[in-house]
Parts: sequence; structure tokens; C-alpha cells
Amino acid sequence: MMDKSMNKNAFTTSKSNPNQSLKDSLQKRFSSRLGENIIGIILLACAAVSVLTTAGVVISLGSETISFFADPLVSVWSFLTDREWTPFFSEKHFGITPLIVGTLLVTVISLVVGIPLGLGSAIFLSEFATDRTRRIIMPILEILAGIPTVVLGYFALFSITPILKSFIPGLGTQNALAAGIVMGFMILPTISSISVDSMQAVPGRLREAAYGLGSTKAEVITKVVLPAALSGIVASIILAMSRAIGETMVVTLAAGARPVITFDPRDAIATMTAFIANAAQSDQEAGSVGAKALFAVGATLFLITLLLNIISHQVVARFSEKYD
Amino acid sequence: MALPTREQLKGLQTVRTEPVEDNDAVVSIKNLNLWYGNFHALLDNTVNFPKGQVTALIGASGCGKSTLLRCINRMNDLVPIARIEGQALYEGVDLYESSIDPVEVRRRIGMVFQKPNPFPKSIFDNVAFSPRLYGYKGDLNALVEKSLKRAALWDEVKEKLKESGLGLSGGQQQRLCIARAMAQEPDVILMDEPTSALDPIATDKIEELIYEIKGDYTVIIVTHNMQQAGRVSDRTVYMHLGQIIEEGPTDQIFTNPKHEVTEMYISGHFG
Repeated sequence: MMDKSMNKNAFTTSKSNPNQSLKDSLQKRFSSRLGENIIGIILLACAAVSVLTTAGVVISLGSETISFFADPLVSVWSFLTDREWTPFFSEKHFGITPLIVGTLLVTVISLVVGIPLGLGSAIFLSEFATDRTRRIIMPILEILAGIPTVVLGYFALFSITPILKSFIPGLGTQNALAAGIVMGFMILPTISSISVDSMQAVPGRLREAAYGLGSTKAEVITKVVLPAALSGIVASIILAMSRAIGETMVVTLAAGARPVITFDPRDAIATMTAFIANAAQSDQEAGSVGAKALFAVGATLFLITLLLNIISHQVVARFSEKYD
Repeated sequence: MALPTREQLKGLQTVRTEPVEDNDAVVSIKNLNLWYGNFHALLDNTVNFPKGQVTALIGASGCGKSTLLRCINRMNDLVPIARIEGQALYEGVDLYESSIDPVEVRRRIGMVFQKPNPFPKSIFDNVAFSPRLYGYKGDLNALVEKSLKRAALWDEVKEKLKESGLGLSGGQQQRLCIARAMAQEPDVILMDEPTSALDPIATDKIEELIYEIKGDYTVIIVTHNMQQAGRVSDRTVYMHLGQIIEEGPTDQIFTNPKHEVTEMYISGHFG
């Protein structure tokens, strides 16, 4: 309606004064600009929420952590070097090492399972599968990514562990191995879907060039596609690793709550996340040193993840082949 | 006069002037047919490409000239819906015999593509790509230098062999791709509209280069630029709707075409 009447207007005025009509039609339209500005502000607010949330988490983690270290019972030195973690015992020790080792052990197992499976399925999906196969398998991978981790935790406890027990002597009911394997399945879709995307993004003309030079399919993949997709692949692995480190339910259910320094995957262990989950359920008084320990562990977890992200950026910048 | 349709061209006899004898040909196409699914893209093409000379494939867009070129190094094998009948002989060997490995074919016949497509690797690694693939035993540095010199790029890049090939200008990238193909030490180089993405000055350099390497290599070049065909080629093959209408020495095709469709195309009535 509005458009029509404006056109009519322009038409009638153009007869008497063509320049005036042109000038009119070029006028700034304040009403629509105002709308655009409001939309811009709303969108900025959306973006600000995530920034503020991050800042809020960092501030609360930081302040609680500082008050934890201010407690006479703990010091940064003992936090880093003490080999025991017994915040709720009468004789308290606050050495983070057992929790870090536990986290590391489960994470490494999950990567050993998840990287080969994830990359293998990514290479298959990107380079070998027909469109039809891809359309069938990709949604299934997404379903795997969508399984609640509490379900995976019970799967590890009641399905994987009994199977492993049948041929691994000395395997505990709660153990790092089963939790790690299931977490490997959990991170598989993360690795494969991001890797598939980055491999598919490698321009077809590079593949064509490699074939034209007499490369076999395997050579095209290993010498051209994978190097060109490396930044995406590394990013997917780091993201998967961050997920594994931060994963809570699977390890709480299947790996145990036993903070000891061990590299034996048959043992029950405790990860940083599992400790936090257990501590949150325990009857620690708010403000007690035990409750504050929870924040110190959370801060450590946060720093490790942050460090990983920084390293991954460096790796990607150093080794990736930029094709655009 | 209206252009002939596919129907009207059925059973057409290619007009050949001073045809190349089988003995002088390094590549021979014999009764080659190609289908993309149900579409009959190449109809019974027969043509010989003489050793050490430059042959231009010309014709309007969609006439099948790139498709024909890609039959010579079996690049069409990568198109799942392509089906081929007939022969493409290289030094007398039929490349479409079932025992022939297309990878080995492509190692002997080099190819340069429409858009420069250097790998996102260093200039050196680009040129060294195929020698490394084949496990080249000689002096790799010397081979890279020789190839870059032959492609007239050495003086511009000798100080920065470790820098990415993508840092070069479009024309330099295309010469890098030519050097990369030359490092395969092929006899035949196929060029699929190698200058269509380049500016006139870069195009000049590529044309000079093609002129320069004539004799040492057999070059088959697809081009939609008729002036280019006139400047660089010894022989010209004119295609229309999947058929070879006429072939002969470039001078003759351009000054005295025998088939009326060729004449219409040459004189710019369509294309």
C-alpha cells in the first residue's frame, strides 16, 4: 500500500519538477533507520549476555579461589605439590595432582578411542561415501552426539565394564578404562562432524590438481586433503578434548570418586569434575574450606581448558595450509 | 544460414586438411564416444595429435572440447556418470584397455587447468609434488629449478621458494602449475583454457611460454579465444555439438575454412 502511494506521488511530481521528485526519493528515511538502530541494540544485548556471563563466572571462580588460598590450611605450594586430596577428612590435604592425573588418564583413553574412530569415519564420509550413504550416516552420528551423558555413564557402568571384566583381570567395578572408552564414543561425533566439514571445504580444484599429477586416491587424501583440512581437524580434536576434560556424568558414574595418583586404567579414580559433582552433593557448609576447594578445582579446570584453546590456536596458525 | 542441429550433423564426415598420419601422432583419438548419463557428449570423435606440436581445440561453450581433452588423461574417470566407448591411443597404446591404470596414465600426461590451482604449499613443494610421489631418485633441487626455468618463472621466485605458492599473482600461479606439470617430465601437456582466468599481460606470458616449449612437448590446448589459437597453435581442431567438424593447419582453418559451420564460428557469427 505504502509503496504504491509513494510511486504515484513520484509519478505526479516528476511531471512538474523531475529533480524534486528524484530528491524526494533519495531522502533519508528516518523511520526505517530508527528500526534498524533498535534492532542493532537488541542484537548487541544478546551478544553482551554471553560476554557478561563469562565475566561473571570468571569473577566468582576467581574470588572464591582467592579466599580458598587465603585459608591457613592451604597454600598454593601444597595445592600443587601435595600428593593427596582429602578435603573432607579430619586430616585435610589439598593436593590437586590426583584429580589432574585422574582427568588426564580418562581423557587420554577417550582420545585414543575417539581420534582414530572420529578421523576414520570423517575420511570415509568425506572421501569415500556416496551422497546417499552420507545422508544416512551423518544423522546417526548426530544422534550419538545427542545421547545424554548420564545415559552413557550407565552404559559404561552396566554394559562396557562387565564386558571388559570378562577378559581383563583385576578390573574394578568403577574404573577409568570403561569411562574413557565410552567418552571416546561420546567425542567421536565432535571430531568427525567438524573434520568432515573441513575436508569438504577443501576446494575440488586441489583434488583435481593432485589427480592430474597422477596421485592415487590415498595420495590425494594424505598429501592434499588432510594437510589443507588440518586446522579444522586439530580444532575438532581440541574441542573434543575440552569436552572430555569437562565431562562429568560419565566419570562420576563409571570411573569412581577415588582421588589417587595412578596410571592404571583398571583402577577407580576421581577426576576434577567428578570431585566437583560429589562435593556439591555433600553436606559441606557454605564458606567452609571444603566448599571453597570446589571453586579452586573449578578454576584449575577452567585454566587447563583455556590453555588448551591457546595451544590449539598456535598449532593451527603454525601448521595449517591456507587455501583461500 | 541457421546453425545445424544435432540431428542434422548426424553421420557428419569431419573435414580434414593435411591430416596427421598415425605414425606421426603421439595421441590418437579413434571413434571416441562419451556419455554423461543419457547425454551423448562426444559423438564418434577421431583425430590425431602430432608429436612436438601445439594443437588447439576450439568451439563454442559446451561443444565438448574440454571433455575431449580430459579423455586423453582419463580425468573423466573421476566423473561417476561418464561412460566412454572407443579408443584414445598414447604412443600406440589404448589408454582405455581394461588393464590400464588411469593413475599411471596421468603420471605421463601432464595437465594444466582453467583456474590456477597451486597447492597451499611452498613453491618448491608444489613443483616437487609429483617427483616425490613417484619417488624421484635424482637431484630434486635441480629438477625443481629446471622445471621453474622451463616455465619461465625461476627468476621471479628463486629467492622465495619456501613461500606459499598462493602468494603469487594469478599469472605466476598458472606458470607454477605449468612448472609442476613439467616436473612430471611428461611428453604431452594438456591445457584446459589455461588463460581464461588471467589478465592480458599474464596471458601473453603464458602464450610465449607455450610457443617456447613447442618441439619439446606435445601441447593440446583448449581455448575459447580464437586469437590465442591463431597465435600459439600449429593445428586447430574445431568442434561443434560434440563433433569434430573440421581439423587442419591453423592458418588454413582461420583463413580458409572448408566447412560452413567452421567459417561461421571463425568469422564470429556465434560463439
